[in-house]
Amino acid sequence: MSEYRYVGRKRRTKEDRRFITGLGRYVADVTLPGMSHVALVLSPHPAARIGAIDTAAALALPGVQAVVTGAEIARHTNPILHGLALPGVRWYPLAVGQVRYVGEWVVAVVAASRHIAEDAAELVRVDYEPMAWVGDPEAALAPGAPLVHPDHGSNLFYRRTFVWGDVAGDFAKAHHRLASKVYWGRSATVPIETFGVVANWNRGNDLLDVWASIQMPKYPDQMAHCLRLPLNAIRVHYDVDVGGSYGVKRGIKHSVLVGYLARKLLMPVRLIEDRLENMVGGDMHGPDRRFDVTLAFDADGLIRSMKMRALDDIGCYPGRSPLQLAKPVGAIVGPYRIQSVEYEAVAVATNKTSQVAVRGFGQAPTNYAIETAIDRVAAHLGMDRLAVRRRNFIQSHEFPYRIPSGTDYDSGDYDAVLTKTVARAKLEALIARRDALRAEGRLAGIGFATCLEPSGGNGAFEPLFNPANDTTTWMESCQVKVDALGGVTATIATSTAGQGHQTLVATVTGEELGFDPDCIRVVHADSLQALPGNSPVASRMAIMLGGAAAGAARQIKERVLAIAAHNLQRPVDRLVYREGAVFDLDNELRTLNWAELVRIAHRKYHQMPPGMEPGLQASYVWEVPKGGTMPTADGRVQMYPCYSFECHIALVEIDRGTGQVAIRDWFMGHDCGTVINPDIVHGMSYGGIAHGIGAALYEEFAYDENGQLVAGSFVDYLLPSVHEIPEIALVDHCTPSPLTPMGQKGSGESGYLGAPAAVASAVNDALSPLGITIDRLPMHPSRIEQALADKRADMGEREGP
Amino acid sequence: MNRQAVRLTVNGKPWHGEVPTRLTLVDCLREEVGLTGTHVGCEHGVCGACSVLLDGEPVRSCLMFAVQADGRAITTVEGLAAPDGALSPLQDAFWECHALQCGYCTPGMLIAAHALIARNPAPSDGDIREALAGNLCRCTGYQQIVDAVRLARRRMGEVPP
Amino acid sequence: MKAAEFAYARALSVADAVALLAAAAGEAKLIAGGQTLVPLMAMRLARPALLVDIDGIAELNGIAMVGDTLRIGAGTRQAEIERSGLVGREVRLLALAIGHVGHGQIRNRGTIGGSIAHGDPAAELPLVAVTLGATLLTETSAGAGEISARDFYLGPMTTTLPADALITRIDLPIWRGRVGAGFHEMSPRRGDFALAAAAAQVELDGRGRCRRAVIGVGGAAPTPIACADAARLLEGRTLDDTLIAAAASAAAALTEPASDSHGSAEYRRRLTAVLVARALKDAATMARAVP
Ligand SMILES: Cc1cc2nc3c(=O)[nH]c(=O)nc-3n(C[C@H](O)[C@H](O)[C@H](O)COP(=O)(O)OP(=O)(O)OC[C@H]3O[C@@H](n4cnc5c(N)ncnc54)[C@H](O)[C@@H]3O)c2cc1C
Ligand code: FES
Ligand code: FES
Repeated sequence: MSEYRYVGRKRRTKEDRRFITGLGRYVADVTLPGMSHVALVLSPHPAARIGAIDTAAALALPGVQAVVTGAEIARHTNPILHGLALPGVRWYPLAVGQVRYVGEWVVAVVAASRHIAEDAAELVRVDYEPMAWVGDPEAALAPGAPLVHPDHGSNLFYRRTFVWGDVAGDFAKAHHRLASKVYWGRSATVPIETFGVVANWNRGNDLLDVWASIQMPKYPDQMAHCLRLPLNAIRVHYDVDVGGSYGVKRGIKHSVLVGYLARKLLMPVRLIEDRLENMVGGDMHGPDRRFDVTLAFDADGLIRSMKMRALDDIGCYPGRSPLQLAKPVGAIVGPYRIQSVEYEAVAVATNKTSQVAVRGFGQAPTNYAIETAIDRVAAHLGMDRLAVRRRNFIQSHEFPYRIPSGTDYDSGDYDAVLTKTVARAKLEALIARRDALRAEGRLAGIGFATCLEPSGGNGAFEPLFNPANDTTTWMESCQVKVDALGGVTATIATSTAGQGHQTLVATVTGEELGFDPDCIRVVHADSLQALPGNSPVASRMAIMLGGAAAGAARQIKERVLAIAAHNLQRPVDRLVYREGAVFDLDNELRTLNWAELVRIAHRKYHQMPPGMEPGLQASYVWEVPKGGTMPTADGRVQMYPCYSFECHIALVEIDRGTGQVAIRDWFMGHDCGTVINPDIVHGMSYGGIAHGIGAALYEEFAYDENGQLVAGSFVDYLLPSVHEIPEIALVDHCTPSPLTPMGQKGSGESGYLGAPAAVASAVNDALSPLGITIDRLPMHPSRIEQALADKRADMGEREGP
Repeated sequence: MNRQAVRLTVNGKPWHGEVPTRLTLVDCLREEVGLTGTHVGCEHGVCGACSVLLDGEPVRSCLMFAVQADGRAITTVEGLAAPDGALSPLQDAFWECHALQCGYCTPGMLIAAHALIARNPAPSDGDIREALAGNLCRCTGYQQIVDAVRLARRRMGEVPP
Repeated sequence: MKAAEFAYARALSVADAVALLAAAAGEAKLIAGGQTLVPLMAMRLARPALLVDIDGIAELNGIAMVGDTLRIGAGTRQAEIERSGLVGREVRLLALAIGHVGHGQIRNRGTIGGSIAHGDPAAELPLVAVTLGATLLTETSAGAGEISARDFYLGPMTTTLPADALITRIDLPIWRGRVGAGFHEMSPRRGDFALAAAAAQVELDGRGRCRRAVIGVGGAAPTPIACADAARLLEGRTLDDTLIAAAASAAAALTEPASDSHGSAEYRRRLTAVLVARALKDAATMARAVP
């Protein structure tokens, strides 16, 4: 078994108890005396000039405290920062001068209750002069297209072509070239809790208190920038439980608006999005991408080179979403030994709501494009789909392995994980089942996906896409404090949205100090008390927060050893720390126990080693391993240190008559290095797979020909229920990372990164006997059935009357 | 604003107050009764985060006005544990199986599962999925939730009659 | 998503309810289970000045068999219908359909009368009522009335029911003999409203030929439709695959589906044919199993 006493063992989480008893504290549970509520007036047009705004009737309604327009906001706040240098794109919480998508916020109403605020919002009259608009990203790039931001002069937000290695040479050498096109439809993580924020301006000491369901790096910094406040005039309370995020809980415009209102009105103000506001204009849609992938490969399946073009319809404001085209640079060849790559990343503005970071930060769509291309190579060559993958896998002895885009993969054993998963899935038998179903005339298919989860990200995607931004620091921190009675409390600098950070930190700290994690308290600092951190993005907390906790705990041990060395009059290297006590290696009877050591630290300065600070506490701020370097001129970069691997095997069946896909079996092999809490990691994987199944089959933020969002409620945006998600079998494997204190890697995006590709692979396998391929997610039943009907018509025609 | 008197029994305790007529039951429970364990996810009946027991039957508390519940008994997640705070077998199984992550859907899931077990102490796997199908969870992929209900079923089966 | 202001009154009897409706002169709305009305009010797509709550009216509740008719009080919960042995034995089509209505929690509150009165073209209960030719009993302050479900629907969510009227009861015909029923729908997720749904009920004679049949289709036209001509094709004949396919395409030809994000009109029409065929097959199989 493992060398660890707590790490990797089954253990109940620290967080769950409060949630199963209804004692979580989410932002909507935060109430302050005299609190006001915000409702919003939303744009009904995809693009329109804003004329007169008549707020008189709304203001006259009893209970209404303020009605605020974009013009006012623009006078008093700075535009919201986004990831690219685009001076012509100014983004404010409320539309200024013109609206740019259906659902954009135009007016905010503040009232004594949300009910009254909504009553008043209905009374606001806005004159709109509709303008030309564009919804299709290819059309948006055409000359003469309506401009989403006229001042920017184009709908192109970002375009760059990277070439890494001898692409032309490798293409010339290869026996075959095969192009494929796939489309990843607009979906998102859609947490069950919408975004919410409560703010209160504290007049006595000029301090803005903020409670928010936030998961965002540099959130207080952004608020301070927009609100023109010093950063230390904003106190974000990170002890708010966040009801799911998986990337999207950014809410920066919400927070700037509410912060502004709280200060203006000198009263606590809260905005909890309702589900309709959330879906149509909450800035929470994810990638919406067209991919062109061409692979150059040999007759034996060896893939030499890849060209990929990714065109992302990022909607109206850039936010951080164009950077989602950057993350895949760090895993652009997936788990394969592709020698050279050309990658063209294009971010286009359209009159739709803005994209935001979604689980995997753009990697899941890219994995889908790569995996589909691999399947097509197999079909082209008549090879087994797994054989092609194995032919190209990076081998376990090749790590650290540098990919063409300059990133080193830390460790892995892809072949072994796949072999284990194939065995668990009894692939032979699964294939026999598929074939038996086919023999009965049913459409059945098996899908595969083998892909990577880059984890532990640093900030290097910022300079990669925006040379004006030379941020590379992307630290995380933890403070461990031993109180005067010997109790251990760890303080973390972030809020949590279900990832179990308290359990993580308690387990790692407990492991290091040799204490039962249940006895270790973990608290969330507010942003003024917190040491620097970057929030749980980029699948980084097991690595970064785990690393910071381990670092702080190790310092505690060092201090304790120093205290013991001083008191026992022994050299430190002859002492050993065990479960709080220090023993003399040369005389086991000479020992100091935890209580004594703590008493010395807290009460007996006269027994402290000279120069040592009193008390027993340590802070550790950690930079991402291998972080801190700028990209090269040709865009080679190390953004992520650790690479987890997952492989999926799924059996699906398609109803010929309805086009509906039913998932029969699902196996996922997973290697995320050392697992700290198995239940947490498994939960992430199950949830990620379910989310991926949603993206592949059910969920789509479709817009109609009038620029209206069609799926604006839970009736039309279809989150999978328990009926749509099969029993899932997980197969664990562990290749520790050499870069982290316990060998851990990230797992917060696991499952999601490969599940959509696996569903697509399975559906296309099921359709392959008919010569049909579907190259678009989500694979709605109607799309599949239409393809079947077209095929029937086609065959009928060819057979002739 | 129209207001109306409402009497409820919440988790076995009587509660009465005058509330806006248009207040939904979930808003009443959260804002007037002060029990914030019941959550709001959609306010249009799809997600199940607001599930409570109404006279023992699971219902959406966002799809009822508080005035409609006048005179009725409500059980929320806060009422599932024993009065001494001991977790119910289902709560304990949820903890044991880590049947949650962010916890936002959890109260609704527990309510749905409690109603199932109350009606049918030995549900099949199909029964379990059917009972949970009206409650959306975005975190767990449902697997550990189903596992938890199975565990509770097994444990409750072990209890001598 | 908070409802606009309204006043609320709880009706203690049918007479009370119709009196309240009459007094409100079109500004009132009945609320039964609220599973449709409350979300509509939350989105402010409905904004009645007065809600008349008929939830607690005992006389609107209950399921009873009287001769060849199954009488279901309009206020009867969908969950009660689902659990009713009487329904399961006597009107199999309803028993098959009811489980497709939303989820258990919706059915715990939703009533049969509310669903039928609301008239969503994709809803299961209106479809069953139309297919079987149910009779709807109504009440206004002027007195009682009745109308066939087949004449009740004018378009999506529009019916012939006057604003001051209440549905009190739904009478469903009970078929005796070698009877079988089938119900199939396609909904994106289980429990969602159907993109298309099909209901069928057949009675076979001693030699296995179809004595009578009804076919209904939902979700594929502005109202649920009874496909009488398609059903007539079956009469006197053996329900084999070819005949079923012919009836299914005849039924599909009657549809006027709309296109939306979940599927094109053509998709829905093809879907209808598929679902009608499946429903008929099930109905035939069930009927053949009756001795
Ligand atoms: C998430 C969700 C999923 C759903 N899925 C489905 C589904 O798949 N299939 C489906 O069919 N339904 C579905 N429904 C709707 C549900 O079945 C409703 O319960 C039903 O349509 C209305 O019944 P109710 O008793 O709740 O009516 P209410 O909401 O109370 O009323 C609905 C309408 O009927 C009127 N009304 C009510 N009772 C009477 C009466 N006795 N006489 C005259 N008028 C009356 C009301 O004035 C109102 O206009 C779903 C609902 C939700 C929230
Ligand atoms: S909040 Fe009630 S069902 Fe979603
Ligand atoms: S635990 Fe987060 S939504 Fe279910």
